[in-house]
Parts: sequence; C-alpha cells; structure tokens
Amino acid sequence: MMTDKKELAVAALQAGTVIDHIPSSALFKAVKILGLQDMKTPVTVGNNLPSKRLGAKGIIKVADVEFAEDVINRIAIIAPTARINIIRDFQVVEKRQVSIPERVVGLVKCDNPKCITNNEPMHTVFNVTDIGDDRVSLRCHYCNHTVDNSNVRLL
Amino acid sequence: MNPNSLVTIDDISKDEMLAILKEASFFEEHPNHRILEGRVVATLFFEPSTRTRLSFETAVNRLGGRIIGFSDASTSSSSKGETLKDTIKMVSNYVDLIIMRHHLEGAARYASEVTDVPVINAGDGANQHPSQTMLDLYSIYKTQGRLENLNITMVGDLKYGRTVHSLLMAMRHFNPNFRFVACEELKMPVEYKDFCDKNGISYTEYTDFSPEVINTSDIIYMTRVQRERFSDLMEYERVKNIYTLHNAMLDNSRENLRILHPLPRVNEISQDVDDNPKAYYFDQARNGLFTRQALICRALGINPLNIKTNDD
Repeated sequence: MMTDKKELAVAALQAGTVIDHIPSSALFKAVKILGLQDMKTPVTVGNNLPSKRLGAKGIIKVADVEFAEDVINRIAIIAPTARINIIRDFQVVEKRQVSIPERVVGLVKCDNPKCITNNEPMHTVFNVTDIGDDRVSLRCHYCNHTVDNSNVRLL
Repeated sequence: MNPNSLVTIDDISKDEMLAILKEASFFEEHPNHRILEGRVVATLFFEPSTRTRLSFETAVNRLGGRIIGFSDASTSSSSKGETLKDTIKMVSNYVDLIIMRHHLEGAARYASEVTDVPVINAGDGANQHPSQTMLDLYSIYKTQGRLENLNITMVGDLKYGRTVHSLLMAMRHFNPNFRFVACEELKMPVEYKDFCDKNGISYTEYTDFSPEVINTSDIIYMTRVQRERFSDLMEYERVKNIYTLHNAMLDNSRENLRILHPLPRVNEISQDVDDNPKAYYFDQARNGLFTRQALICRALGINPLNIKTNDD
C-alpha cells in the first residue's frame, strides 16, 4: 500500500509541464504567479522535498499544459533556480532553466509606501538590476526602490 | 511621453549638461527674453514648496510665458480624489509645459508617461529633484571655473539627502574627489558608494569635520541634519552641533573654497559665516533661476543661444 501512495504522489505525466528546483519558500508564490488555482487539468504541487542544492525544494506538475515562455519566465523573479521540463508522450522533450526577464510589469508590489504605484490605479514596473546564483534584484521604475527575490510581494 | 521631459538628472547627458550651464550663464547676463510669448506653463505643486515654485515661476515670467496652476493640492481636484493621471491629462489640454512637484516618489515619471506635453520634475518625495542638481552644478562651475578634478566635501545628512545623491551621480562625468562627512546614522548609503566604485570616483569617509578636510576642499556642500531622521534622540543631541560650520573654521581654507547648501538652513551653518565671501548659498539659490530658465528652454526645444540679445 505504501508503494502505491508514493507512486501516486509522483505520478508520471503523459503530457504537460514539470517545474522543478523551486526554492521551498517561493513555491506558493509560483503557484499564484502561474494561476494554478484556476486550472482545470490535474495539478500536483509538492513542497519541502529534499534537494542537494537547495536544501528543500518545491515541484509543480501540470498535466496537458505547456506555458508560454513569457508566462513561465515570470516565476524566474522569485525562483531563479527553477527548471522547466516539457513532457510529451511520457518523454521529456525539452529541459531548460527559467530565464529572468529584463522588465517585470504588473506582478510585483513596490514595498515603498510613498511610491506612486501604491497610490494610483496603475501597473507596477520593475527593472531587473542584478542577478546572482539564486538572487535577483528588482528596481522600481518609478521610485527607484530596490527589492530582492527573497522578499518580493506579489500584487 | 515627450522626449524633452526631465524626470531625473540621468535624463541629461554630459554634453547636454555643459550646454545647459552655458545657457544658464547666458540667462544670467540677459535674464529677460520674451521667448515664451504666447506659451502657457502649468506649475502643479501637489506639495507646497515656495522656494522652488517661485524660482520656476520667475523663470517663466522673465521669459514672457504665462502660468496656470496651484501651489497646494488642497486647492486642486486631487483633494476630491481625482487620480494624478486624470489631472495631468486634463492640464495637458491647456499648456505647453508642466512643471510639477509631488509628495509621492515616481509621480513625475508616471506623469511624463501619460502625456505628450513635456514634464519637468520639481521634486517627487525623497526621490529626484534634477533642477536642484543642475543649479548645484552651475554654482560649482561658476565659482571654480571648471567641474573637473575638484575636492568636494559633503557634510551632514548623507543618508537621506537626495540633493547630495543626485549631485554625486551627476559629478561622475567630471572626476571628482569626494569626502563624505557624517555620523554613523547618516552615512552615505552603500548603493552610492558602490556607484562611486563602479564609476572610478574616489571618496573618503569621515566622522570628524576636521580642519584637514576643510582646508583641502574646493567645495563644501552642507546639508541639514533633521531630528526626525534619528531613531535614537540621544544620538541626535550628540551630533547636531558636530557638523555645524563656524566662520573661524574657514581661516586656513583655500581661497577658491565655496560653501554650498540647498537651503533652508537651520543651524548647520552659523550666521557668522554669511558675511564670509566664501559663503555662496544665497547666490546658489539665485543661480536656480538662470538654470531653470535654461531647463525650461530645453523642455520646449528652444535654443536660447540662437536668440538675438539686442532687445535686453
């Protein structure tokens, strides 16, 4: 019985997308960014799984969906280590790292309460200024305040 | 979005900076020109700032333009809950140029994005105030005859003082040697020191406002140390007078030294300095007028140096 349960938790996808190596702390932000709560196809979310590199990692499997590149790259801001696997017919046909966009529009909240974006009905705009191994710095296009991926707040 | 808008000092290239300084010096010699005849300029001061507003409005008046606007958001429709975007869109129907001050950071950037009329940022919260930086540059240029290779000492609140940050960034073109004099709580932030490192700008940090620093300076840029910046009021009481400049401290200073201050001053420059010919802060404020005349021309795409001066 134990084996069955284990297999159920990591069931292989016939087709779809697997996002692996998400830092545990960023997993639920990634879920929100990708809008998984509104998906109709099977979605599997795992967290706090052992990872040599990250200590603890999260993983997301979405059946029958391949995300557009600009959609999936949005999670790069909070999870620059994430890896994307595209599955077709039980085979991994594409494997790549998320790539960090230069500009992030309408996704991240500026943490400066005096920033115009927190006081007007408008989109936020952040420019990516610095990229480390697992660190991304974003600078608000309007007020110049900097936030990094570990304390990003989503809109 | 109008490409002539001025939101941050970064919008002005080195060549443009030098051209603006030349134009400011032209306006200093010939302040009255009716080159804005028939033009209407809006001064939208969502946050009151008498000094800056009067300087801009005088600049427009001396150029023969007309002014509409408000000096306090409570007399504008933003007090009824109108968005900044709507106010800017509405005003854009009437004017050739918008000069605005706002308490929110990034307001001028956003305003410049929602209109085709050029926008000049006259201060957005603690963020940017490029016309102040240009008048500081003009004051340095005028008193030293050059911008290159100067020993510039910044004193007081280097942590929150937006004028020192913008000046530091603008000076990157001119190989300055900075000295930062501040207490621990108000030290120059790391990001600006990184900026200096990246741009090959030399700087030294001091906690003492010592004769050694004063006597080797070409420019001393004083700023106000504000009580509300301190988490520890004991620390404020300790440092508030350490960074006060007295006349006697200038006895062995360089002949060409000039003291700058963005004003208003409280007690960081003692009154006895005012009569010293090295005190330059009141002239500095006056330079704001000429610099702003030049910036208004830049925003409207007018080259004042092409104008005949025989009508003075």
